[in-house]
Amino acid sequence: MLTVRGLHAHYGRAHILADVGFEVPAGQVVVLLGRNGAGKSTTLKAVMGMVRPSAGQVLLEGRDLAGREAYQIARAGLGYVPEERRIFSELTVRENLSVGRRPPVPGLRPWDEARLYGLFPALGAMQDRPGGRMSGGEQQMLSIARTLMGNPRLLLLDEPSEGLAPVVVQRMAQAVRQLKAEGLSILLAEQNLYFAHAVADRAVIIEQGRIRWEGEMAALLNDESTYQQYLSL
Amino acid sequence: MENLLLQALNGLASASSLFLVASGLTVIFGVTRIVNFAHGSLYMLGAYLAFSIVTNLPRGHLGFWGGVVLAALAVGAIGAVLEMLLLRRIYRAPELFQLLATFGVVLVVQDVALLTWGAQDLLGPRAPGLRGSVELLGLRFPLYELVLIGIGPVVLGLLLLLFKRTRWGTLVRAATQDREMVGALGVNQRWLFTSVFFVGSMLAGLAGALQLPRESVNLHMDLSTITEVFVVVVVGGLGSLPGAALAALLIGELHAFGILIFPKITLVLVFLVMAVVLVVRPRGLFGKAQVAQAAVASVAEPVLGRAPPQLKWLGLVALLVAVVAPPYLAGDYALIVLTDMAIAVLFAASLHFIMGPGGMASFGHAAYFGIGAYGAALLTKWFAAPMVPALLAAPFCAGVAGVIFGFFCVRLSGVYSAMLTLAFAQIAWSVAFQWVELTGGDNGVLGVWPDAWATKLHFYWLALGCSVVGTLALRRIALSPFGYALRAQRDNTLRAEAIGINAFEIRWVAFVLAAGFAGVAGGLFAFAKGSVFPTALDIPRSVDALLMVLLGGVQTLAGPVLGALAFTGLHEQLVRATDYWRLVLGGVILLLVLAFPQGLAGAVRQRWEARRRPG
Repeated sequence: MLTVRGLHAHYGRAHILADVGFEVPAGQVVVLLGRNGAGKSTTLKAVMGMVRPSAGQVLLEGRDLAGREAYQIARAGLGYVPEERRIFSELTVRENLSVGRRPPVPGLRPWDEARLYGLFPALGAMQDRPGGRMSGGEQQMLSIARTLMGNPRLLLLDEPSEGLAPVVVQRMAQAVRQLKAEGLSILLAEQNLYFAHAVADRAVIIEQGRIRWEGEMAALLNDESTYQQYLSL
Repeated sequence: MENLLLQALNGLASASSLFLVASGLTVIFGVTRIVNFAHGSLYMLGAYLAFSIVTNLPRGHLGFWGGVVLAALAVGAIGAVLEMLLLRRIYRAPELFQLLATFGVVLVVQDVALLTWGAQDLLGPRAPGLRGSVELLGLRFPLYELVLIGIGPVVLGLLLLLFKRTRWGTLVRAATQDREMVGALGVNQRWLFTSVFFVGSMLAGLAGALQLPRESVNLHMDLSTITEVFVVVVVGGLGSLPGAALAALLIGELHAFGILIFPKITLVLVFLVMAVVLVVRPRGLFGKAQVAQAAVASVAEPVLGRAPPQLKWLGLVALLVAVVAPPYLAGDYALIVLTDMAIAVLFAASLHFIMGPGGMASFGHAAYFGIGAYGAALLTKWFAAPMVPALLAAPFCAGVAGVIFGFFCVRLSGVYSAMLTLAFAQIAWSVAFQWVELTGGDNGVLGVWPDAWATKLHFYWLALGCSVVGTLALRRIALSPFGYALRAQRDNTLRAEAIGINAFEIRWVAFVLAAGFAGVAGGLFAFAKGSVFPTALDIPRSVDALLMVLLGGVQTLAGPVLGALAFTGLHEQLVRATDYWRLVLGGVILLLVLAFPQGLAGAVRQRWEARRRPG
């Protein structure tokens, strides 16, 4: 589904991503793991065109999207859910969703409000509430729902569990599994290993802007030394 | 009583047209974050275009109203083209550079209008069927004004519907908050921005076109309108439509009743109200704290540093030539230009001090220049003071003004702070203009000549000396611990305060210092010209200083010096060479903005450093 090859990115002179490459197979959930500042968010942003990659390829079903602008990449079928959620706080839930709306894509069951309220019932109960007056968990759901309105084929989720109560994290994990069950491919950036374990098929470990390990999620859980080396504090 | 009602209606009519222009400006600012100085020029173009279209169409309702709509659409299209050709390329440039670009547009439009429609005021036709007046409670009130009063609320209603009920409106409101996220959701921001510019410019054009039956069309409509509209937008809160409506109402009525109640201070009144509103509500009536745009990866601005030794030598040689050469120059003209340049350099350096290291934009720096000039001139006029004490008093007067005005201005940030400096400058200007007994008003203060010992050459050396010493002193301060603290609070106020820097105090002191040095330049100016007029502290002079600093580049200490020399030289040559110097200067500014978004000195330094550090 998504193949990233030789991706480099710079902030000014700082080299943030060096030769990053991995794959997200169709219908799978791949989690990008790493400590704070390892380059997880930047990888997602570079894939999405929000950080301009200085080199490399971002292939969505064989079509190279690297160097395009974010809106073109979104139209090509990538959906991005930012770490800070970035809800339009002056807009209501319904209006937030309408900003994300894009025409249906052939071969995909289109998302609409009703279907999203099925996935996140809490949102259905507050359609006219301004985004600024919602809890963190509700904002996270709205942020995901808003992106789904664009009918993406692959979802980039940046730390959806961050700052949420454990019970909300569980519900979020359920939602992610449900999305996967409906055939959506997902690339997830996470620090929360429990959340990652609950949803991911494969894992990619990034450290100092380089990919250090790639494999099955189950294999990582049995690999104490890799875990110690790259993820534990 | 009847008189009051009439004034209230007059106030509503001007509020209505103020709102039309302000709504366009506020919508454009909300989405693009560009403070569009050229918005007044679009308003003026609306009036001129409506004049040409209406007078060429057959008379009658269709001819008039059709002409008004066509003019509004044409101005909308001009705005859209402006966005696509110019502004689209500089959305990522620093805020002040965008401002410079829109100044360039103002200059170009002024001369294009002069070339197309000539310098004389144009009287447009009256609106057909609306020439008469109606009786309201026994009063006769022009029918057209009544229609105008109705148009404001109708447009407000339509805009609110557009923003609340359409997807385009939802996208615009979303982009006002976080435009990058809107892009990540698949919306092409380019077209969104262009369409917003179209709508905003169209509103300005409509307002201009609707003025046709009310007043003559002239070349001063642009700047007089933009100042008032800035006041409205800032008082209402940048980006807020209801705010703009309320503020337009407030300002419109204030105008109408101000003339009745305080005829002496009509010009000050509006700015006084703006100053009070901003002091009480730093973001205007309905303004909201700006959601911080997520940091886009960008190249960090260069750190203010010491110039390379080669550049210092070059500067020293240039200075030596400037000291030694003039006695051998033929005629007074060269001396006059050189004196002007020396004064301009100090003026620009003082503005740069608060803009560069201080990070505070000022749209009203001419206030301190002018107060210095008036201080020196009035001492000479009323107390027959000799030149040297009068010159010494200049920075003192300007500094006192800086203490008072600065106390309020440095509390605000960004555009609001800049607008408050503008308000205070306008207040100072109004005092100079309207307090005729003291200042002579429009006739100025005359006979401010240097003492007998100072020939033109001596005075030039004096001006050069003050300028060099002043500029070097500002440089020394910028590179002192105080200067570091000033830059620390500019880069991050919170962190600076966390390490014990009192940001308010630092900004205030910097503001006063800048005012004082501008005052020195102003005092020299008074004696160089032998007279002072209110133009010494009007908006165009503040704009000149901004142009010098921005042309030179904010992020280098040599910038204001280069910018002042380039601007004064260019200006002087252009005014002598052509009647259309604004067109050429505006064109040059636009080219420079597009080619060197980091300013002249910044560009030179970048080339220099790139050459010295190959690869």
